[in-house]
Amino acid sequence: MENLFARYRNATILILVIFAQVVALAVQVKRPAENGSPRLIRVWAVTAITPLEKAITSSGGWVRGLWTNYIYLRGVREQNRTLRRELERLRIEQVRLSEDANQARRLQALLAFKQQFVSETVATQVIGSSGSDQSRVLYIDKGANSGLKPDMAVITSEGIVGKVLRVFPSSAQVLLINDPSSGVGAILENTRLQGILQGTAAGELMLRYIMTDETVKPGERILASGGDRIFPKGFPIGTVAQVNPGSDLFLNIRVKPAANLGRLEEVLVIARMAEGAPEPAQAAAPVRAVDILAQRLPGVPPKPPAETKQGNASKPPPAAPSQAPSQIVPQSPSTQTSPRAAPPPAASSPAGEETSSNRNRAKPQDGKPQDTGEAAAPSSNPRSQTAPASQSPQPPEDLPR
Amino acid sequence: MSLVAVTYTSREEIEVSKFGALASIGVPLLAVVLQAMVPLRFGFLLIFDLPMLVAIFFGVARRSQVAGLLTGAAIGLLQDTLTHQPIGLFGIAKTVVGYLASSIGVRVDVENPGSRLLMTAAFYLVHQFTYFLLARNVLGQPLEWLWTRNLMAAVANGLLAILLFSLLNRLKRPA
Repeated sequence: MENLFARYRNATILILVIFAQVVALAVQVKRPAENGSPRLIRVWAVTAITPLEKAITSSGGWVRGLWTNYIYLRGVREQNRTLRRELERLRIEQVRLSEDANQARRLQALLAFKQQFVSETVATQVIGSSGSDQSRVLYIDKGANSGLKPDMAVITSEGIVGKVLRVFPSSAQVLLINDPSSGVGAILENTRLQGILQGTAAGELMLRYIMTDETVKPGERILASGGDRIFPKGFPIGTVAQVNPGSDLFLNIRVKPAANLGRLEEVLVIARMAEGAPEPAQAAAPVRAVDILAQRLPGVPPKPPAETKQGNASKPPPAAPSQAPSQIVPQSPSTQTSPRAAPPPAASSPAGEETSSNRNRAKPQDGKPQDTGEAAAPSSNPRSQTAPASQSPQPPEDLPR
Repeated sequence: MSLVAVTYTSREEIEVSKFGALASIGVPLLAVVLQAMVPLRFGFLLIFDLPMLVAIFFGVARRSQVAGLLTGAAIGLLQDTLTHQPIGLFGIAKTVVGYLASSIGVRVDVENPGSRLLMTAAFYLVHQFTYFLLARNVLGQPLEWLWTRNLMAAVANGLLAILLFSLLNRLKRPA
């Protein structure tokens, strides 16, 4: 027996080593690590390797910075000019969008709509990967010490990247959305069809579970549906690249990711997503006495500005109607500004401030909102949000405006 | 019959090499780190498997089957820890490759570039097939065996092995 072992010693050791690993593999499959906490061997290995990766990444960043900041400055002036023009255009667009957003918030509040919004992000740098195309994961340079936890969403400004899978003290493992084991709730922007976005072994993204009788066109944007409770609703995922009828009841929809998953350097981890109804200042809409009166007394003609000024100075204000006080809320400065997102001044305007008279002023005759000059004015000057005194009756003295 | 010069040698003629502790630990570690970092900037380089090439090199150079399989197992397990999958897939695949490489190194002259290319390409296919079998049957992953991709990757790794082995030969110390 001893002679036999000596003769086949190497083969026996090979079998033993493989057997031990197969058993370990089976144990891991049978009993996955609890609560997503990584196994100790993984912690040791990652703790040993990530400092090397961080050192290499930071030295590479230093060299790149030297090149881009000091050497490669050709075309910066022209780029600066282009960016300024782009900034101007975006400022105008922002004003228009903030008006739309305010309106949406008011409507959401009316419907008691619960909304999600990103309240805290952590900027991190990508320092490594698994090094295998069978496991599409990344390593980032922040971990539990920076408040990261498993299942946090990872994004870039272009779109969704993945989610935090395992957290180590000073690094974290991110599962990319194109890994076969990944799944993201997705919705098509125009058709509002919902499906699940999954990766393939080849690293492609596929949108699953859209029925073959639906019409999906290439180029349509795909957004996060928010159904997975990880990714913020409405955040871009990608665009439809190719649509083929599948062998079963569902379409094969190949998706081009919005974020460049092959070249990620910096990513954002969504550390906190708050949920709640829109802010009362924006939504519950404390109504001012002047607006109520303006709505209930449509026949009162607007006074000329000169008279109004005189009237304000000399005449006592009229008494408030008997039913008004229950609806009238003093409009203190604290209710005018949302503590959440510091919106532009236009956003602080309560819904009730939009009187019939200034509604007519805000919209042109064809019904389309004015998006540039007229829309910019109220947001740049908060006082212009209030109706002019000449167009509405004066409130009583005990009711602050 | 054969296009490459594969010479059968007697056991006495085969040179057994040793490596310093720094090379034995540093080279596999560097291979794993490079494998994890380089594809971040150049995605197409994911086709190469540097840790496998290092495992083959040490197995062939040491010409000890036990040392070869243990080196392969250690490199594979280290690579496993960086993935999100259960630990052991790369470990088993590289254990097999390390054992076979050291077995070949005992019997065949592997200093010839042609034989290195063939040997590495064959080991790459063995590695991928072992991984494929385990992932599919033990983990139940829906993997597909892609012949074209695997053959291309096998040749690419073989070509890289010619270059890499000649560099790593400088770390050898005669026994």
